[in-house]
Amino acid sequence: MRTGPQSHFRRTFLSTTNSGFLQSLWDFFCSLKLAISLIITLAVTSIFGTIIKQNGTLEELQKEYSAGTIKLFDALGLFDMYHSWWFILLLYLFTVNLTACSIKRLPRVWKMASEPTPFLDSGLEKSLSNVYSFIAKGQATQVKERMTDFLKANFGAPVVTERDGEIHLFVQKSPYSRLGVYVVHLSIIVVFIGAILGSLFGYKAFVNIAEGTETDKVYTRTEKAIDLGFTVRCDKFSVTLYDTGAPKEFRSLLTVIDNGKVIYDKRPTIVNDPLSYKGITFYQSSYGPAGDPIYHLTARARNGSFNIPLTLRQGQMVRLGDGSTVQVVESTPEVGPMMPGFSGPAARVEYTPVGKPPQLFVIFKNFPNFDDQRGGEVIFTYDGSEEKFFTGLQVAKDPGVWVVWLGCALMVVGICIAFFMSHKRVWIRIAGGRVVMAGSASKNPTGFGILFDGLVEKLKQVEKH
Amino acid sequence: MTSSLLFNITTLAYLVSMVLFFAFLASKNKSLGIGGSFAAYAGFIAQTIAIGLRWKESYDMGHGHAPLSNLYESVVFFTWTIILIFGILDLKYKYRIIGAFVVPFALLGMAWAQLGLPNGIEPLVPALQSNWLLYHVITCFLGYACFAVACGISIMYLIKIGSESADSNAAAGGVVSMFPSARVLDDMNYRSIMIGFPLLTLGIITGAAWANYAWGTYWSWDPKETWSLIVWFVYAAFLHARITRGWVGKRAAWLSIIGFAATIFCYLGVNLFLSGLHSYGGSR
Repeated sequence: MRTGPQSHFRRTFLSTTNSGFLQSLWDFFCSLKLAISLIITLAVTSIFGTIIKQNGTLEELQKEYSAGTIKLFDALGLFDMYHSWWFILLLYLFTVNLTACSIKRLPRVWKMASEPTPFLDSGLEKSLSNVYSFIAKGQATQVKERMTDFLKANFGAPVVTERDGEIHLFVQKSPYSRLGVYVVHLSIIVVFIGAILGSLFGYKAFVNIAEGTETDKVYTRTEKAIDLGFTVRCDKFSVTLYDTGAPKEFRSLLTVIDNGKVIYDKRPTIVNDPLSYKGITFYQSSYGPAGDPIYHLTARARNGSFNIPLTLRQGQMVRLGDGSTVQVVESTPEVGPMMPGFSGPAARVEYTPVGKPPQLFVIFKNFPNFDDQRGGEVIFTYDGSEEKFFTGLQVAKDPGVWVVWLGCALMVVGICIAFFMSHKRVWIRIAGGRVVMAGSASKNPTGFGILFDGLVEKLKQVEKH
Repeated sequence: MTSSLLFNITTLAYLVSMVLFFAFLASKNKSLGIGGSFAAYAGFIAQTIAIGLRWKESYDMGHGHAPLSNLYESVVFFTWTIILIFGILDLKYKYRIIGAFVVPFALLGMAWAQLGLPNGIEPLVPALQSNWLLYHVITCFLGYACFAVACGISIMYLIKIGSESADSNAAAGGVVSMFPSARVLDDMNYRSIMIGFPLLTLGIITGAAWANYAWGTYWSWDPKETWSLIVWFVYAAFLHARITRGWVGKRAAWLSIIGFAATIFCYLGVNLFLSGLHSYGGSR
């Protein structure tokens, strides 16, 4: 580890206050070895939480683990490990390490970027690997002009300074690209700040709203009620399916009412298109039946003696005019996947004629004449069902999310600067007829070597004429 | 011409490419190497057309969507990105012998997809009906492909170093003499990861943005998310290790291989062994 002037100063300063401990603590947190160890530790420990069930109920855990294991894992916080004290501590250590490393290195890097070295003295020349020198023809001022024009044409307009009878030309490109890596470090801290803001001032909740009803409260995972400050009504919920029977769309029509004023009227809310109001966002998440469905059937006697519409619940037995009974055993909105060749809603019906054993058969909404073929005394048609659903909505309020996105944007910009830009510098020194050109780059020495060799070739061409 | 016929041609082309590259390794005959590259490019062109055709076919079926929605389509796209990254390296740095260690990954993927995975075009389930799908999948797989290439290069590096330390005289005559120098391999390993890391970062961010848009949580420590972070950590460690002494060369190569193993687990292992939010893979 190199010791910069800054930390040297710190060391002297701290040792005069007899704080060897503080100094070693600082050195510990500034160490790149600690950074690599922390990154690897975070990576390895993160694996546990992907293997061990997180936030399961006690019953779920008992199915998978023995009592002793549960006790041990629970003590180690492994059942909610990403929020356990030691994982959070690791994240804090990581943040402190990141900050300390940046604070330690930033002043030197900042100086390199903001205070360029326009002179190519012999010490600097020796430290550079890209150096080319030759004897130039003509007066010093002529050489100076030639070299200035050369740099202007091939790399960039140089700063010209004279010192002790030597002329120094200096050009640099993107000096602040040296800061890219610190932008990345900062971005990680910004993301953490956003996450902390979200956990302090936001919440994640859910709510189930039955069709036709409304709510002004939502519930957290621990069933704590949160007042929305406005009302949300579910006017309708519907599922559409593909021909294959796979779900195509889950849609809730939501109405938002604030202080008696309708803000959104029957706004469709589907997966991947949430509804937002006053910083609170509602996401289509699940659905289910709200109460039993009601079935509509028609029973028609083959001899024409009766033709009556029936309305019944699942399992409810209804007696027909001739004393026979009928009930719906089960139903489906789409029969296709179960019975190839058929489509649409269908119901399985149990019909018991007087003095005979019960008969089980299926009737289809899309094939009203189908039951005719059964040949029974009574012919049934299925006219469909009325099913009430509830819609399950995820509810989130996260005022920190924009800070997180800002951090992400910074991270992408920082990574691009850090990887794809480099601080390139080229010097030319003219002294007593001798010209020395030298260059360096903060990154990608091979690439810069090629660029420098190209410059040398062009310079040779210029000097030939 | 259907997409599935073209995908078979692609698989065949990658097989030919791999065989030619292996023959190139054994014989040091330059024209075999050029043949290997051309076979890979021919396969790549066929695959590009096939992916476009499959996209069009999904529209003809009435539920058009980008062919990135299930395991089959993602494996096919992954192999496409691997060959894409290999092609860029081949054209830029002219070390085509790398193909012998990279094309096998692509061939393995295509063979598995064509022989072992259901390739029906399915309509998109509601969770996937979003433009984020495109951004998320493309950035992730381009990143994965860079890591695949880096892994191949790292394997070459370890072989090269191993043979050099074993016996310098024997190495001069072996297949290893065809390899670029250890320094170049180390550098190219770094360069591939340098491209892959920002892409993975973008992939994770687009995933988080999508999750936030669809569910209201940008990060929920879902196994897939966690594993992508683990992969990110491994490569972050790799990048930091390069600026500490003693962590270039062999250790860097091993980190790169471990990183790719973690990548593959993130991509496939999580779906096959763990549960989570990503729908492809498993029994669906």
